[in-house]
Amino acid sequence: MVNWLSNDKSEHGIVLSSRIRLARNLEDINFTQKINENDAQIIIEQVKNAVLNNNSTISNDFKFFKIDNIDTLNRKLLVESHLISPALLEKPERSGFLLSKDEKVSIMINEEDHIRMQVLNAGLSLEEGWDLCSKIDDILEENLKYAFDEKFGYITSCPTNVGTGLRASVMVHLPALVYTKYINKVLQAVSQIGLTVRGMYGEGTDVMGNLFQISNQTTLGETEYEIIEKLKNIVLQIIDKEKASRERLLSTGRIHIEDKVFRSLGILQNSRIMSSKEAMKLLSDVRMGIDLDIIKSVDINQINKLMIITQPANVENYAETKTNSYERDVKRAELIRENIKI
Amino acid sequence: MICEECGNNSATVHLTKIVNEKVNKLHLCAECANKHNNFDFDSTFSIHNFLTGLLDSSQNDTLKVGSTEPNQCSKCKMTYGKFRQTGRLGCSHCYKSFNQKLNPLFKRIHGHDSHVGKVPKKAGGVFRVKKEIDNLRNKLESAVQKEEFEKAAQLRDQIRELQKEVES
Repeated sequence: MVNWLSNDKSEHGIVLSSRIRLARNLEDINFTQKINENDAQIIIEQVKNAVLNNNSTISNDFKFFKIDNIDTLNRKLLVESHLISPALLEKPERSGFLLSKDEKVSIMINEEDHIRMQVLNAGLSLEEGWDLCSKIDDILEENLKYAFDEKFGYITSCPTNVGTGLRASVMVHLPALVYTKYINKVLQAVSQIGLTVRGMYGEGTDVMGNLFQISNQTTLGETEYEIIEKLKNIVLQIIDKEKASRERLLSTGRIHIEDKVFRSLGILQNSRIMSSKEAMKLLSDVRMGIDLDIIKSVDINQINKLMIITQPANVENYAETKTNSYERDVKRAELIRENIKI
Repeated sequence: MICEECGNNSATVHLTKIVNEKVNKLHLCAECANKHNNFDFDSTFSIHNFLTGLLDSSQNDTLKVGSTEPNQCSKCKMTYGKFRQTGRLGCSHCYKSFNQKLNPLFKRIHGHDSHVGKVPKKAGGVFRVKKEIDNLRNKLESAVQKEEFEKAAQLRDQIRELQKEVES
């Protein structure tokens, strides 16, 4: 479930992934929080048909899933893999999603807005993501009537999304900025220019493994292109700052950094009990070690994958049985040992 | 630092209470902090709560102007008070119902109050064509300035075609 993550662009070690999300609503039907069961089914049918039936050019690329028909564990797996958002699970009998075969595109139905489509790509690829998302948006619009206002643009349930309905975000790995305690300054600067920083799983989630999600805060009054350019520009600057911090760490104490990353690798390869939090911390160290060419025996894609498959639902899935938190920690250690062999 | 209450976990919540100039400091772990009911450890802070804060101040502005807007959306029956609580509107008509109150709010959130990005082909309808006409007019002007009259004539005809479309 992490196909979108595989990355052959090694130059973007600091950037894990880019995401483009568009919020859309249908005209003449109340927003999701104000609809009844019947409206919900009408919306699901309309969106589903717009993609799958008719002569839509993408009908063969997508599959529809109803949340109701997915068991609890698999729902969590989808969230941990970033294919759907936690909010989509709030009313399972009323929501569903369409997923592309390559798992890079998902179209969520009856989340906070009637339609939330997202394109996920590995590395820094906001423009490609936007092109694809905009094309899918056009195809949907051929068969649907969107709520649109000449002044306010695309109408959304929450005023923070109105206008373009676009949230572009980039997931970056910033261990050196965290170690040098420079991160707060960077984050402060970022928020002053209308961007926002969130944890790994979006709004209200914790920062784990030094992974930060940087995205645009405002959606009204700028074109999609301007929003993306601004975000990309800032991300490139943050990458430079992270690189500079890594250089500084290496020049002032190379042996300390080597010690740190190899210790972390050693613990990952040998431990028998591992919490999710500890795993993320150690994986972050190893990831930086690979990126700095200190660790050569491990593939960075393997670490990217582990950052997702060591999350609780993924570990439970691996264990193939219901687990309590202690059993999960044991299984997690086993899963990691299997994936990073000595 | 170790939690003052359980003495086991490390303290991550540092509480300073000042009552009648008497300072009281507490260092707790998250678990013990949650047990304390005398202060609100707000973990539910979200963009919606934040929005509600913005709304309160924009409410004062509209009062001064003397708003004549209804407090309830005629289509979905959402009240403005409810929107202030949840940060979410009820239907697309709410944008018209609460237009006067929302305008200053949009300025506050986004720094702008009008959309300039993508326009849908169908729902955008006439508006899309109008935008295209504006675009062609700009091109026409620059063609005239450069004395490219043949091109200008072509553009003029295109504009006329589109204008016919708008009128019909």
